[in-house]
Amino acid sequence: MKYDILIVGAGVVGASIAYSLIPYNVSVLLLDKNNDVAMGATRANSAIIHAGYDPKPGTLMARLNVEGNRLCGKLCEDLSVPFTRCGSLVLSFSEEDRSTLSELYDRGIKNGVPDLKLLSKEELRKIEPGVSEEATGALYAPTAGIINPWELCLAQAEVFVKNGGTFLPGCEVQGISEIFSSEGKRSYLLNTTKGEISADTVILCCGTEADTVHGYISSPDFRITPTRGEYYLLDKSEGTKVSHVIFQCPSEKGKGVLVAPTVHGNLICGPTSEVLSHGSEDTATTAVKLSEIKEKASRSVGNISWRDNVRNFSGIRSNSTSDDFLIREIPGKKGIFEAAGIKSPGLASSPAIGPYMVELLKSSGVVLTEKTGGYDLTRKKIHFRDMTNEERAALVAKDPAYGRIVCRCEGVTEGEIRDAIQSPIPPLSLDAVKRRAGTGMGRCQGGFCGPRIVEMLLSERPDSSPLSILQDGEGSTLFVPRDAEEDCSYEEKETLSKEVES
Amino acid sequence: MRSYDIVVIGGGPAGLAAAKSAAESGCRSILLIERDTKLGGILNQCIHNGFGLSHFGEELTGPEYAFRAFEELKTINQGDHPPVEILLDTFVMEITSDKKIFAMNKKDGYFEISAKAIILAMGCREKARGALAIPGTRPAGVMTAGLAQHYVNIDGYMVGKKVVILGSGDIGLIMARRMVLEGAEVLACIEIAPQPGGLARNVTQCLEDYGIPLYLRRTVTAIHGKDRLSGITVSEVDEKYTPIPGTEMEIECDTLLLSCGLIPENELSRKAGLAIDPKTGGPFSSDVHETSVPGIFACGNVLHVHDLADNVTKESIEAGKAAAAYVAGASSTSQQAISSPKVFPGKVVKPVGEKEMNTDPSVRTMTCIICPRGCTLTVTTGENPTVTGNACPRGKAYGIAEVTHPMRTLTTTIRVRLEDGSLSRISVKSKGEIPKDEIRSLAEKIHHTIISAPVSVGDEVIPGVVATSAT
Ligand SMILES: Cc1cc2nc3c(=O)[nH]c(=O)nc-3n(C[C@H](O)[C@H](O)[C@H](O)COP(=O)(O)OP(=O)(O)OC[C@H]3O[C@@H](n4cnc5c(N)ncnc54)[C@H](O)[C@@H]3O)c2cc1C
Ligand SMILES: Cc1cc2nc3c(=O)[nH]c(=O)nc-3n(C[C@H](O)[C@H](O)[C@H](O)COP(=O)(O)OP(=O)(O)OC[C@H]3O[C@@H](n4cnc5c(N)ncnc54)[C@H](O)[C@@H]3O)c2cc1C
Ligand code: SF4
Repeated sequence: MKYDILIVGAGVVGASIAYSLIPYNVSVLLLDKNNDVAMGATRANSAIIHAGYDPKPGTLMARLNVEGNRLCGKLCEDLSVPFTRCGSLVLSFSEEDRSTLSELYDRGIKNGVPDLKLLSKEELRKIEPGVSEEATGALYAPTAGIINPWELCLAQAEVFVKNGGTFLPGCEVQGISEIFSSEGKRSYLLNTTKGEISADTVILCCGTEADTVHGYISSPDFRITPTRGEYYLLDKSEGTKVSHVIFQCPSEKGKGVLVAPTVHGNLICGPTSEVLSHGSEDTATTAVKLSEIKEKASRSVGNISWRDNVRNFSGIRSNSTSDDFLIREIPGKKGIFEAAGIKSPGLASSPAIGPYMVELLKSSGVVLTEKTGGYDLTRKKIHFRDMTNEERAALVAKDPAYGRIVCRCEGVTEGEIRDAIQSPIPPLSLDAVKRRAGTGMGRCQGGFCGPRIVEMLLSERPDSSPLSILQDGEGSTLFVPRDAEEDCSYEEKETLSKEVES
Repeated sequence: MRSYDIVVIGGGPAGLAAAKSAAESGCRSILLIERDTKLGGILNQCIHNGFGLSHFGEELTGPEYAFRAFEELKTINQGDHPPVEILLDTFVMEITSDKKIFAMNKKDGYFEISAKAIILAMGCREKARGALAIPGTRPAGVMTAGLAQHYVNIDGYMVGKKVVILGSGDIGLIMARRMVLEGAEVLACIEIAPQPGGLARNVTQCLEDYGIPLYLRRTVTAIHGKDRLSGITVSEVDEKYTPIPGTEMEIECDTLLLSCGLIPENELSRKAGLAIDPKTGGPFSSDVHETSVPGIFACGNVLHVHDLADNVTKESIEAGKAAAAYVAGASSTSQQAISSPKVFPGKVVKPVGEKEMNTDPSVRTMTCIICPRGCTLTVTTGENPTVTGNACPRGKAYGIAEVTHPMRTLTTTIRVRLEDGSLSRISVKSKGEIPKDEIRSLAEKIHHTIISAPVSVGDEVIPGVVATSAT
């Protein structure tokens, strides 16, 4: 297999780059070692599109964060991705915190964050009555927002595929070598679990494995320190406790945890911070950290009902020994680029990372000629739940499949699940259907819709067997063979049943 | 907009009984809406026996109970203008306090109905892993017992081979036995409380019969495995149910079934603004099951979780009657203050594992499994066994049989080849009780067998085995 450009890693960064390359005359392959896009940090994070007052002025991170935030609105509209600019509040609890807030404010101004405001206690309580009495004031950033992070990734990857790009799941890069043609032209050969793939240009977006994969071609000048963050995701009954993203002022004691509504109407609390051993992919949650969340979050919002928990999860940050994002051509390796150390606010910055990478490719001499047209950068998606009653009636009249609810918690219809199963990047697991259609996200966590989706997957794909149904990643099989039945063929069973009858 | 006197939401035993009783009370315009393609609610997947003793006077399986309840409804639903119209495969999306119902199906699309009275009978849902906040990884193989019951009994899929049950609620106990009969190894049932949550009879006939250990005062404190469950950590807990460090034990397993409680399905109740009782999780209701909104009634598991379908039926008959009276007089029927629902008696739990140590081999203590009361019997063995502790004569017969020739009923599923050649599954039971030690071999025999459609309820599909549901 040979492509002009190869993107390794289909998180939100790889997807943004693939999406940004659609308008150019190049063949692009996006690959990932997992069986779907968005299986790394992109699916397990706080889902905040930060305003941009956090990063140090002058850094690439500051620039891309503010730019990414600005681009996010239009991008999500084009892609029909849920995004709400609900604004964020950094709470202060002491005099000392107040001065940290004004530092953040100054930084934000330098970074070009619009409409920042320092709020008094009274002003704070007026716009966010849900915060605890302890809060003495806040830094208000109206441009901050909440998003569905995996859908941002998935939507860009889907549009990339619809426009002729290729996505290859289950393909792990295990080695990279330089090859030279007889004319002395350099290209790269990637050794993968799906065979050898070559390309003139390679872009590495490998999240927590950025340093390892970089190491396949040259020794890295940075090191990833995987840092796990755990969460509580609470029921919709808690989702209206606050209407802004509530951060706690960073202090010597740490960064605190956030409390925020999600675009699905739930309440998210977390993340904690715990450095894992190098290379770890351990996304377990722990009793200690979960109780830390409860304790810390209660400081911001007093009356959270932890009983109404829907799910605990954790994600691993790609923190690195570099303070800034490393988005560059790998020194000495012309044609290999990387986006490494994309820690938070990587999600918020991602809409700007794709365009930035395209400019970088161009300035490094990668030939990118623009297509004269014939491509479409938008995606339309039916979110039945968010429609008005009139729109629903009209839709069901046109296509009865939208008339049957399959996921009771989220009100997802059969039509939406069918669309998901037939989408440009076909889902290979129940969780992949969930990421596409929003099923099983609610309080019963797939308890009701699971069997119905299994049935639909099997009927849409007649050649697949129930034993191949996955919950999530490769190996997460849902069902096991029934011994008693597997050990004899149908004919034998027929004889057996006759024996029983006689 | 269509309009009805009474709209019943949900077609489980509660909805069926409420609709029937409203019709019997004279109401002639009733609509019952059910989201599934068939009536019966959760009973369709409860293929075990133990239902119907008080309402139908005989021991039935869940599907049989549902079948009977529907037959009862049919008897009053005859003639040119049957009072109860039934809409299947239709989902109620929203109800309002002024009694408008927004529903949807494939045929009629999205539509609105108005009613003079509404009876809520949407049943309940299970508490999922989130509600328990069990730390660890999130592999496949961890699911609620009811979901496993659906996969195994309705869809015919096997969910695992080495199983642990967390929580000793009835569904968990029933599933423990079910998994064993399907060929799995059930390693343990783990309960945080000092006594089991389910009926004592289910502890006896589902755990003790199969030698499955019940660990009380313990809980799962970690889940392991990346893709599929590989094991769990179990810890002892103190009086406040906090895990005690140092008491951890590891169990290797590929499946963890959660049976940790049910919560009334109150999405619609909340949307309609009904006051919810934090104790039961269902709406507050009057003595005739009217909620805080006049003319909206609730019955069955949507009101509070019942152990017994018979009690659901009883309560729902009252609710149906009250709704009909409300429509006739079009005013609130209850003078009594709204209060927490009364809970019917039925569940008498005996702590197991705490059983008084019995050193005399000629005396055996046991739980009578004949009815939900679960009397503790003391039976002397030997030539002429005597039984004490039984509240009725059936208990005596059970106690004697138990020390001489113990008998059980087998309930399981069997594959059916349909007319079009595809395989389906129906539920079956042994024709009457069979010797306890023949249960497994009969179960095995049934697993190896495929029968041919059509099958009706009550058909003897293979010798000694009768169908409890139809194709
Ligand atoms: C707890 C937590 C909270 C966060 N909160 C926020 C937030 O609120 N706002 C925000 O802006 N950012 C946040 N972030 C950061 C944000 O999630 C990440 O910056 C972003 O998702 C990074 O995307 P990515 O594509 O670089 O990495 P990933 O999504 O991790 O994708 C990397 C991909 O590379 C693949 N890969 C790795 N090695 C190989 C290989 N050898 N071969 C093939 N494929 C490979 C992986 O399978 C993976 O899919 C948070 C992160 C965490 C962990
Ligand atoms: C797994 C399990 C095992 C049990 N074992 C026993 C036993 O051994 N013996 C015994 O006596 N009792 C047992 N019970 C208890 C008894 O079966 C239940 O209490 C009884 O079935 C409850 O009846 P219901 O009608 O309230 O609810 P359900 O049977 O749950 O019926 C509710 C119906 O409402 C429908 N519905 C819900 N929402 C909507 C909507 N929005 N629109 C349209 N329709 C809707 C559902 O599809 C369902 O059909 C068991 C219960 C369970 C869950
Ligand atoms: S002795 Fe009678 S009342 Fe007591 S459990 Fe047995 S059957 Fe029920």
